[in-house]
Amino acid sequence: MAETETLKVGQPLISADAISKAYDKGQLKVPVLRGAGLTAQRGEFISVIGQSGSGKSTLLHVMGLLDSPDAGEVLLDGNRIDNLAPAARDQLRNHVFGFIFQFYHLLPELSLLENVMAPLMIRHSLLGFWKKRREIRESALEIISEVGLSHRLRHRPSELSGGEMQRGAIARALVARPEILLADEPTGNLDAETGAGIMDLLQRLNRDQKLTIIMVTHDESIAAQAHRTVRLKEGRIQGVAWEDAA
Amino acid sequence: MYKLLLCIRYLKTRYIALACIVSVMLGVATMIVVNSVMAGFSTEMRDRLHNFLSDIVIESRGTEGIPNAAAQMDRVQKAAGQYIAAMTPTIEIPGMMTFTDPWSGETFTQPVQIQGIDPAGKASVGPLHDYLDSFNPVIEDGQVVRKPLRSAEETVGWELTAEATAHRRKNQERRRMYLREIQSLGNSLLPSGRPTESDTPATDSTDATTSEPAAPTQPPAAAAPDFDTPSTTPDTADPSAPATAEPASAEPAPADAPPMDEPQAQPPQDADVPSDGTGGNVFLADQPQDEAIREEPLATRVYVGEGLVSFMVRDEETGRSRKVMMVQPGDDVIFSTVTAGRPPEVIKFQATVVDSFRSGMGEYDGSIVLMNLESLQKNRGMHTNNAITSIHIKLHDYADAPQVLKALEQAFEPGLVSIRTWEEKQGLLLSAVEVETAILNVLLFMIIAVAGFGILAIFYMIVVEKTRDIGILKSLGASSSGVMSIFLSYGLGLGVVGSSAGVILGLLFVRYINEIEDVLSWITGRKVFDEKIYYFFEIPTAVSPWMVFWVAAGATGIAVLASILPARRAARLHPVRALRFE
Repeated sequence: MAETETLKVGQPLISADAISKAYDKGQLKVPVLRGAGLTAQRGEFISVIGQSGSGKSTLLHVMGLLDSPDAGEVLLDGNRIDNLAPAARDQLRNHVFGFIFQFYHLLPELSLLENVMAPLMIRHSLLGFWKKRREIRESALEIISEVGLSHRLRHRPSELSGGEMQRGAIARALVARPEILLADEPTGNLDAETGAGIMDLLQRLNRDQKLTIIMVTHDESIAAQAHRTVRLKEGRIQGVAWEDAA
Repeated sequence: MYKLLLCIRYLKTRYIALACIVSVMLGVATMIVVNSVMAGFSTEMRDRLHNFLSDIVIESRGTEGIPNAAAQMDRVQKAAGQYIAAMTPTIEIPGMMTFTDPWSGETFTQPVQIQGIDPAGKASVGPLHDYLDSFNPVIEDGQVVRKPLRSAEETVGWELTAEATAHRRKNQERRRMYLREIQSLGNSLLPSGRPTESDTPATDSTDATTSEPAAPTQPPAAAAPDFDTPSTTPDTADPSAPATAEPASAEPAPADAPPMDEPQAQPPQDADVPSDGTGGNVFLADQPQDEAIREEPLATRVYVGEGLVSFMVRDEETGRSRKVMMVQPGDDVIFSTVTAGRPPEVIKFQATVVDSFRSGMGEYDGSIVLMNLESLQKNRGMHTNNAITSIHIKLHDYADAPQVLKALEQAFEPGLVSIRTWEEKQGLLLSAVEVETAILNVLLFMIIAVAGFGILAIFYMIVVEKTRDIGILKSLGASSSGVMSIFLSYGLGLGVVGSSAGVILGLLFVRYINEIEDVLSWITGRKVFDEKIYYFFEIPTAVSPWMVFWVAAGATGIAVLASILPARRAARLHPVRALRFE
């Protein structure tokens, strides 16, 4: 634990420094991020708030290696990761990051259990999966029960409610035992009550498992539940607000 | 692992993929069926060609042949005796055959290939038994309508069957009636026999040239009513009289019944022939003029190819085809050919038809006449030196053919004879069939290629539809190659499933092709595959396992190839853009 403390002070778990990113829209280059940066310590729960088009999702994607920055760098444990080879980036996405999306993004052809096991299926080869299938299944079942969906194992995503789908997506993000959970508007598509349930779950995960969470939202009340809130406007960081509960 | 799972799930849940599977399946099934049927036909054809030709044929370069058949065969025996199972001397010479169709009374002359054979020898190099009509049952619609006239043990010879003898006697009997009748008519009505010609209708003048030398063949023509019994008779001039005449043909009354039409008018003219001087032919020379009635068959005997003397009549009501014979065993026909002299002279001689044969090769059945070797030699003046034009050789094992060819080529001085295997002799036909098969395969494979493009299009659609899923997989850490392999294995899966279904469907189709043909015939009301036209009772098929394998492998390969492009597109999708895709 002492080691973690030192790390916490000395070196952030992940940091994005001066990230610039522009998208091509036909002839025009539309800048989305203009030197935004974000640093997260291990076990921190950070919310990034901003309006639509402020670049908050793009920042999340760049940090999660789904996208590469035009300028700036992303460091994980002090090592630069944004310029790694595709294979290494795939590995990091699988091992280190867990993603949650606004539209859940569960695979429609797979049952809930299979969806949750998907990251581990991707990690292991056919043979490796076969050898560890019991283990993988156990851990998937454990996580599914943690998010309270044990009664929905065989159901397809289309047979689940929005809240259940998002819980399933969280379970999928957690099954690979990630260090950082990247959540892109996890409650954006849910009613207030269900959204609150999801937020409770995220907070519990952060508290109990010391999971580092970076959450993007445009909802002030949701953002306020994080340790600190980073405000993003037109691709730049506007300010940081600390929450008392931290 | 996820690749396999997703691939299987996509296969199960995307009904559009069924279209791919069906197109591959149909392509594969079609190729298998067509190839099997073509291989069946071609094997059958090769067998028939081969059987008729024997393994190796030695032919003289000229029609005058090579002398001393026995010595030549000794030479063959010495050169390659250990390989040879049997051989037989033959004379092959083109000629003309003239016969009278009892249906219309018209006289036909057709080009023929006369083969002088020794039946026993011919039977030893090929299945002559199987060809001859009298050794085989007549089967119509799968039922035996006539049992074989001769037992299979009987050796092939030139004897007439009892039926043929009876037919001949009946004909001659009737002919005698005619002559008597006409004579008495002529005596009472006309000053002499000559003016009967004035009664002769127009047809006579049109083929006057052929009818005069052909006159001795009139006996079958005189017997025309005998053939009139089938309902589809083209001769509608006197439909009732012959029908009643037939059962009581031995009685004099029915013979009177037919009116004086052209074939009946000819016999008196026949009698005039020698006095005309035009009929001073080879064949007339050795036949006494006064002997108009010849109950004994002639010395020269032939088996005629069925196609030469028969035609098919389609029964409009049943849609079935029926064979009508224009010449029956026991009838006499005339041959014209050339002597073996230099230069050759035209000769004509008569022969009695002993049997008709059907080798199954239309080319042979419509042109070849098998004649007894000695008579042909005598007629052509080849009997003095026992000359022949070819020797047919059957080997113990056809694989030895190259050695035998080599040995024979050394044994015979070059230029005297040509020595060829049956394949070389029929090379043109065989290679034509091969080329045809190859082209057909290319065309059919294009069908599968079309199916491939269908797969390409459908896969593109599936990739577009699955764009977000691809983004999800990538966000979960799936590599580009992993995503690509999902779609490649999807293509492989489609190919394998489609090919397997196609193989099963194709093989079932081939297995039950005759039943399918029956059903199709029943639905359309027409015989789709008329065995009488094709000479097959069943559609012949030959399934080669390698062909099936290659067709299935090729189709699977095409499915995989077609999925490469969409798979690459899927692999290159940018994860973020894929995730944003709505």
